[in-house]
Amino acid sequence: MEMAEIQEKVCKTLAENLSVPEDQVTPQARFQEDLDADSLDLVEAVLALEEEFGVSIPEDEMEGVKTVGQAINLVAQKLGVAA
Amino acid sequence: MPEATVALVTGASRGIGSATALALARAGLSVAIGYRSDGDGAEDTVAKARAEGADAVAMPVDVRDEDSIDDAFRRVEGELGPVRVLVNNAGFSKDGLAVKYSTTTWDATIETNLRGAFLCARRALPAMLKARWGRIVNVASVAAIRGNAGQAAYSASKAGLVGMTKSLAREVGGRGITVNAVCPGFVETAMTAPATEELKRRYVELTPAGRFGTSDEIAAVIAFLAGPEAGYVNGAVITVDGGLSA
Repeated sequence: MEMAEIQEKVCKTLAENLSVPEDQVTPQARFQEDLDADSLDLVEAVLALEEEFGVSIPEDEMEGVKTVGQAINLVAQKLGVAA
Repeated sequence: MPEATVALVTGASRGIGSATALALARAGLSVAIGYRSDGDGAEDTVAKARAEGADAVAMPVDVRDEDSIDDAFRRVEGELGPVRVLVNNAGFSKDGLAVKYSTTTWDATIETNLRGAFLCARRALPAMLKARWGRIVNVASVAAIRGNAGQAAYSASKAGLVGMTKSLAREVGGRGITVNAVCPGFVETAMTAPATEELKRRYVELTPAGRFGTSDEIAAVIAFLAGPEAGYVNGAVITVDGGLSA
């Protein structure tokens, strides 16, 4: 999977899961401040990403994820695609 | 609420778990009868649940083992559908005074009663979150509230379960999921059978109802908490003890 495709799918999944318009889900967007996501929203979003991409994201790796860009990079890393 | 509601009851081959599975079957749910060692008891409960017109399967699950829990959930999801109601009922009890209580037995008590319930809840929650609906009922004990000599491990495990219930209720209460605890008083089951006659007599004396509870009386409360009408009951600790802790 190409990086651009990963980014598109991550953003689409997050937009659906967090019920926010897709144009707000940019790599710079911060989950808490910009997308109004609380910690459980973030956990649910991660569950959705795990399902979408067939990857497993443990808690300690999830903790550092504050922005959409970081989520994209984490998924890419899990899929073995260089960011 | 989804049309075909599926419940998984751990430790449902006998006692309160079996009565709970049957109460849920009567309420129209499909039930997975979790069991660890008593396959015959589980099949007997399955037969009774089917006689109530419910879909029912016996499901081996050792709540001490994450892989066993995961297998059981996968099988239930495949055979009945996603688990919307989880009743953490599997329990272990061995009485003994603290001074001579073995570390192994302490660990075994916490492992089944507290850790096991957490592992099952953790496995159940993602699908409930996704569905925006779920019910978790933890079968604690009046021993969580009122100490008993000889039950340091058991009451600690059950008090822990009550604490876990309240925290989970806050975590997922905004998603249509409720997490509640039921605290039975003395109910005559295989688990309480080893209690001495003297202890049983003392319990009856302490209980305003003047008798032991029945598994069906506990199951009725669990079934209510598992149902659609209990959506506003969350994080509650409901004693069903004939007044023992009043």
